[in-house]
This record gives sequence, C-alpha cells and structure tokens, in this order.
Amino acid sequence: MADSALDQLKRSGRIVVVGASLAGLRAAEVMREKGFAGTLTLIGDEPHEPYDRPPLSKQVLLGKADAEHTLLPRRRDIEAEWRLGVAAIGLDMAARTVKLADGDEVPYDRLLIATGVRARPWPNEAEGELAGVFTLRTREDGAGLARALAAGPRRVLVIGAGFTGSEIASACRERGVDVTVAERGDAPLVGALGGVIGAVAAELHRENGVDLRTGIMVTGLEGDSSGRVRAAHLSDGTTLECDVVVVSLGAQRNTEWLTGSGLGAGPRGIACDAGCRAFDLRGIVTDDIYVAGDVARSPHALFGYQFLSLEHWGNAVAQAETAAHNMLSESTDRRPHLWVPAFWSSQFGVNIKSVGVPSMGTEIMITQGSRAERRFTGVYGYQGRIIGAVTFDNARWLQFYERQIECTAPFPPPFTTVDRRADGQRPIPADFPDPSVPTHGPTITLSGYSPADRRIATFTPAGH
Amino acid sequence: MSHGILSQILDYANRANPYPLYEELRRTPVFHDGTGPYVISTYFDIQSLLHDPRLSSDSRNLAATAGDPLAGGEQEEATALPPSFLKLDPPEHDRLRRMTNRPFGPPHSPYRVDGMRGGLKDIVTGLIDNLGDTERIDLVDQFAYPFPVTMICQLLGVPREDEARFHVWADTLAASLDPDPDSDPAERQRKTHDSRMELGMYLAGLIEERRKDPGEDMLSQLAVGHGPDDSMSTMELLSTAALLLIAGHETTVNLITNGMLTLLRNPDVLQQLRREPGLAVPLVEELLRFEPPVQLLPQRTPLVDIEVRGITIPKGSSMWLILASGNRDPNRFENPDRFDPHRKDVQHLGLGSGIHSCFGAPLARLEAQLALSELARRLENPRLLEDPPPYRQNAVLRGPRHLRIACDGIRP
Ligand SMILES: Cc1cc2nc3c(=O)[nH]c(=O)nc-3n(C[C@H](O)[C@H](O)[C@H](O)COP(=O)(O)OP(=O)(O)OC[C@H]3O[C@@H](n4cnc5c(N)ncnc54)[C@H](O)[C@@H]3O)c2cc1C
Repeated sequence: MADSALDQLKRSGRIVVVGASLAGLRAAEVMREKGFAGTLTLIGDEPHEPYDRPPLSKQVLLGKADAEHTLLPRRRDIEAEWRLGVAAIGLDMAARTVKLADGDEVPYDRLLIATGVRARPWPNEAEGELAGVFTLRTREDGAGLARALAAGPRRVLVIGAGFTGSEIASACRERGVDVTVAERGDAPLVGALGGVIGAVAAELHRENGVDLRTGIMVTGLEGDSSGRVRAAHLSDGTTLECDVVVVSLGAQRNTEWLTGSGLGAGPRGIACDAGCRAFDLRGIVTDDIYVAGDVARSPHALFGYQFLSLEHWGNAVAQAETAAHNMLSESTDRRPHLWVPAFWSSQFGVNIKSVGVPSMGTEIMITQGSRAERRFTGVYGYQGRIIGAVTFDNARWLQFYERQIECTAPFPPPFTTVDRRADGQRPIPADFPDPSVPTHGPTITLSGYSPADRRIATFTPAGH
Repeated sequence: MSHGILSQILDYANRANPYPLYEELRRTPVFHDGTGPYVISTYFDIQSLLHDPRLSSDSRNLAATAGDPLAGGEQEEATALPPSFLKLDPPEHDRLRRMTNRPFGPPHSPYRVDGMRGGLKDIVTGLIDNLGDTERIDLVDQFAYPFPVTMICQLLGVPREDEARFHVWADTLAASLDPDPDSDPAERQRKTHDSRMELGMYLAGLIEERRKDPGEDMLSQLAVGHGPDDSMSTMELLSTAALLLIAGHETTVNLITNGMLTLLRNPDVLQQLRREPGLAVPLVEELLRFEPPVQLLPQRTPLVDIEVRGITIPKGSSMWLILASGNRDPNRFENPDRFDPHRKDVQHLGLGSGIHSCFGAPLARLEAQLALSELARRLENPRLLEDPPPYRQNAVLRGPRHLRIACDGIRP
C-alpha cells in the first residue's frame, strides 16, 4: 500500500517551530509523542533553552529563585535541531522557507509559529534607555530587575498596574522597598477585571504600603548626568524622585517578521481557525502553517466565535498541544482548541484566578465570600449568561464556575451557594473602562471577527 | 439494579470486596431508592459535586435523615463539642481550617511535615524492631495502629507519659466510628461519651498549660494563635484537636494496612519497592485510588434543588459521594481494577477534592510512604496468613481489623 502523505510527513518530514519558549517546546514534545520521526527545528531569538516566565515577576523578584533557574521542565526528549539566539526575519509561503537573521533559510513541510509577545517599551526611546529603567518579559529583564531591587533602591516607580505591574509592586513591598504605582485607569487590574474588582485591588496596594496613584500618566523620565534615571514627571504636574522605573504597559505581538509574507498577521496577532491553522491575508486558511500561544488569535465558540488573543500560560500549553496534534493528523482527526481561558496571579499574598472572559462582562455578582475580607468569588454576566469568574483566595470553587461558563448558564445565577453574603445578593455593573480610554490592557483581547488585521486596525481597542 | 444495594454495601459480608457493588451502582450514576440518600458513584460527577458551592457539609442543612442508614453514625459530634470544620461550610470552615493550617503547612509552616521525617522514621524503626515472633505478626495492632497515634501525639504535643491514656481514649473513639452490631449500643455510647469527656477535659487542661507556656507543638500554636484570624475559642480548639486526633490516625491505619495487603497480593510490586524505595511515592498515590481509606462521603446536602445528569436532587436531601467507586470508574481510569503504581495521571479522589480535601494529606502520604517502604525493605519474605483478612465493621472508613502475616526474619 502506498504511503499516505501524512505517513511520509511523520516519517521523514521537516517541521519548523519559530519561537522557542513555552508554546514552542510543548508543541515539539507532543509532535514527538505522536510519533513524528522527521527533522524538528526550533528557532528562537533568545539565546536560552525554553524557560518559564511567570516566576520572573514573582519568586525571582523576591530573591527566592534565580532567573537562570526557571528552565521549563521537559516532558520528554525532543531530539530537536536548536537554532537559538537567531531570529526568524521572513517567511516565504510559496517556497515554504523561513529566513533567519544569520542569512540561513530553513525549509519546512509544516510550520508552527509561536513567537509570543514582547514588553511594550517606553515610548520615548532615549528615556527608556536610561540606566534603572526596566521592562519585564525575559530572563535578562528578570535578573536585572531582581538585582536592582536587591541593591535597595530608594524608590521604585512602576508604570502600569496590570497583573505584571501589580506583582512587581507586591514584590517591592515584600522586600521593604518603597514603591509608587502610576496607572492611567481608575484602579489596578481594571482592564482585566473591571472597576468593582479594581477597587479591591487598589485597597490591597494601599494596605500594603504602595503609593498608588490612579488616573495619572507618566509624561517623562529624567536622568542624572551619568545617565541613570532619577525622577519621573507626572501628568498632575508633580515630579517623583525614583531610582528604578519599571515600564509595565502590556505587550506587543511579535509579528513584524511576517510583514509582507501574505499571512494574516498584524499588530494584534496572527489569526487562525479553531484548529490553530493560520489564515492568510485574504482570510483563507493555510494548510501547513499553524499558530499557538500569546501570538495567536483564534475564534472561540463559547464567546460568539469572536477572535480572542490570550496572554495566558495555560492557553499557550493547550493551544500548542492542539496545534501539534492537528499538524500530524488527517483533517477528520483534527481537534478544535476549545480551552476556556484561565489565568492566575499572585500578589500581596493573595491568590487571584480567573476563568472565562471577565472583560466581556457587563455585570458582576459576588456569589461567595466578601470583598472586604479579600476572599471571594465574583461572577461576570453578559447578556443574561455567565461569561467569566474571578476568585481572590477562593480558587477551589473556580471549577464550578468554569462549568457554568461552559454550559452558558444564566446570569445572575438563580441559586444560592455556601458563603453567600449580604453584598452578593444582586449583580452590580462590573465597571469596565470605556475601551477608548487606554489602560495597561487586559490579558485577554477580543479582536474582532475578521481574520485579517488590516481591515479592522482602525478599531484597535484599549491599549492595542 | 438490584434492590437494597445500599444495604449490601453496608453489609459486613461485602466488606472485603465492595468493588463489584460499586460497579453495579455506577450503572445508575444518580441512585435513589425513593427514601434513602442520593448516591453518586462516577468520577466526574463526584469531582464536580465536590467543587459545587450549592452543596453543604453542614448537617444543619439536612431536611430529614429518614432512610439514610449512615445518618445515625454521627454520635461522635453529638456531645457537647461544636462541629469541627469538617462539618462546616465557609466562612466558618475556612476560618477554622486556615487557623489550623497556620502551624501545620505552607505558607506559614512550610517545613513542619518534612521536619517530622526523622521522628517518623524512628517510630517506624522502633515498631519494626519490636515485631517479635515473626511467625505471627498482626500488622494492625503491632504497627499500623500505634504508628499514627504516636505520631499525632508528637504533633499535637501530648507528653510521652500521657500517651498511654491518650491511646485508650483514641481507641474507644475510633471504635465508636465502627458500629459493631454485636455490642450493646447503649453501653458503647456511654463508653464513647465518657472517653470524649475525659479526652476533652484532658485536652482542655493541656491547652491551659500551653497558653501559659507555649512550645513548638501544634496545640500550643493553636492555643496562642497569632494571625489575621485571631485565635480559636477553647471549644473550637477542642473540637479541632479531637478532629485531628481521630481523622489523623483512623485513616492512616487503613492506608498503611490496605497498602501492605495490596503489596502482599502483588508480590512483584513489593519486590520492586524493596529495590527502589522511591517507588513509594507513586505507589501511595495509586493506593489512594485503588483502596482509599475513606470509601464514601455521607455528609453532603444541597442548599437548593440541584440537577445531576438530568435528575433533580431536592434541597436538603442527603447525598453520598462514593469516592472509592469514582476511583474505579472506567470512564476515568484505564483498567481501573488493576493496581499499577506506574500509572500516569492518577488524579484520584482518595483524599477528596475541593475545600474539604484531606487536611492531613501531606502527613498521611509521608507516613504511608515511610511505613510501606520500610516494611518492604525489612521484612524478609513476608506472606499473608489470611486472605481476605477480617475487616472492621465500618463501611465508610474501611480497612482490615487485623492483618496477620508471617515472615522469615527482620532485616536490620
Ligand atoms: C513576568 C511575566 C509573568 C507572567 N505571569 C503569568 C501568570 O501568573 N499566569 C499566566 O497565566 N500567565 C503569565 N504570564 C504569561 C505567560 O508567560 C505567557 O502566556 C507565555 O509565556 C506564552 O508563551 P508563548 O510560548 O506563547 O510566548 P513567549 O513565552 O512570549 O515565547 C515566544 C518566544 O519567541 C521568541 N521570538 C519572538 N519573535 C521571534 C522571531 N522572529 N524569531 C525567533 N524567535 C522569536 C521570543 O523571544 C520568545 O522567546 C506571565 C508573563 C510574564 C512575562
């Protein structure tokens, strides 16, 4: 019997993965697991083997772990050809090759793109280059910032109170370092979780001694004669003396290298179908190019088939697994990526978790516990159904609410639960900021229905 | 569905092997015979109900217990003590459990359990050294029972010289969970009550002492209590201490005994454990799946009408969640009736799940790992003298009453 094309691919094909981090590694492992015996090339512009990022804003800043010691555990040997420390700079879809910065061209039969996102830099380049000014995305960032905190700075300024910014502020306080947080929105986490929860987060900051300033913008950074940052200017006319500044303004998708390739890739990510196959610019699905992780935006059945971009660790893993499976499957065996978004964070000693898409919610109801105790579950409603949930130190209940989201249960929930308090008797407006007012940005972005970014780029919402 | 399957499960005659009954039960995943409890037996249903905030663990929410043959078995709380956190809902549950956890586990006491390793090892060594006549060992009386009692005394800070008295009370209270049809119920109840009173008074005295002169033990730290939740009232402290005492060893005894029984029935695994003590870690997980010491949770009740698989379970009904059945659900585990310590993905229900998941799990795991690997290493050619062994009466906390074994000698 003649070999099918798929058998041939599995036996001696060439698979290339661009982006050697969480999604890239997990996908590679699954491919080998599925019996892929051909050549597997992992291309990464960072010089390191895949490492884990969440600890960078948590244990690493607390001095409890070294940035060098957050390598991702390997599930199995992947026998890959590693091309580390070299960026992919172009894609020729017709010739099926990836062009590298060192001049090489790597041919592929199947390509997985997992290039993730990078920290949004400080808009004024010269100010951003002052010594003492950091962003936090890579291992080097983490190590540098940890060193700066260990040196005992007089005051740290964190610009942007999203999850990462809040975690950095929390680490500073735990280390006894004075910290100011400047946030353009009305509260920390407001883009991701809305104003009701943002108010709780604001209290957490203040109780823990953070100098939290909301509704304010940093208009400029000022260095001393040796090129070190010494002060920041704020939109209320004040000046803040600080010797460390962390710019935590969200992320930008690593898609520039695909410009001109014809792939449906733009500033909001790479559009793909539910099976992780990338769309080209014309909105036609490709057969041999797949996407996974932070860089992907894919339609989700539970959320009206809207395209979602997620910056979630668990999504990177699940989507990589699906992509890898589909790359090596007949079309009838392919699986959709139906992961319910889930995110965690840890700050000021509180474990925060969310499921679903809270930022789609218009109302919230505190179904368990109380905000005053900082231990509660909040459920988000959208058009009469449950669309998301968040817990503060209440994670054990989250699974239940995840099922409620999955089965599009009605909102407000018509039943009572254990630990229902007085303030959880009825829903209140979730109080998300007007999307036209920029904040640090949520970690989930609804990015419209169209596969090709260009056509909708003019509608770019909050922070994107 | 044969009639009276619940009474068959409770029937002592089926204690040695209830698993075929569970298999039958799973064919009716929400079983209700009209008057009795609603019985849930499949993995995914149990798992999601354990995380369902509409379910209460507080028996004050039960409408009526008529028809529930296990509803009476709660005398241990029927005395003056308030319910322990095992039988409370949030927020009371959370507060008490949190306070109890402070001196026990992470984040405030991350090294407590691991720090007990040396002490545990010494007790295990001592007990094995003293097994005596290797032709007639009762592993329950000589090992699996004294081990956790000694341990819990150390943990709570019960002075060594009081251990003997403590032991007797613990024995009586444990027996009260194990209704023996042959004994006079009134007499038993009186004895249980007396033991409880004596134990309570003893603990109250100890707590008073510890308040004045606190040590490193858990009772001292609970008595002093410094944390955002303040400290426990004396009554709360008493019921917590009693809970730790009973739950802290009644289950571990069975875990260790079931473990040794399973190993003796699977000699190849026993051999392997002898060669690689590290196998104890996955082995104990598989054991918690295969022969969980807590077979079922009989004390859940919905706060509102809830629907499970299209069946409405009315508010206030009594529910049983059969953990041991979920653990053998073929829809969740491949070859569920096979004992396989190398099994991947062994997310069992043996320690429960959700907010009431076993408080002492880290300690229980460590105790069982040490006990089984040491027994495997030191007993020479061990064999079962009786299979199946005689079981305890109790269908909920199920395990052998005796495990008679022999071996050719004890290795140093
Ligand atoms: C500080 C921090 C804390 C976080 N905390 C949490 C948390 O608590 N919970 C949570 O759910 N998530 C958290 N996240 C998010 C999580 O880390 C990401 O979702 C995850 O890393 C996404 O994985 P990825 O593989 O898609 O992308 P990335 O990890 O971004 O990897 C992409 C890789 O591709 C490389 N690359 C980019 N362009 C090219 C190119 N042209 N050629 C070659 N290589 C390229 C990049 O350098 C990078 O190494 C955190 C992230 C950060 C930075």
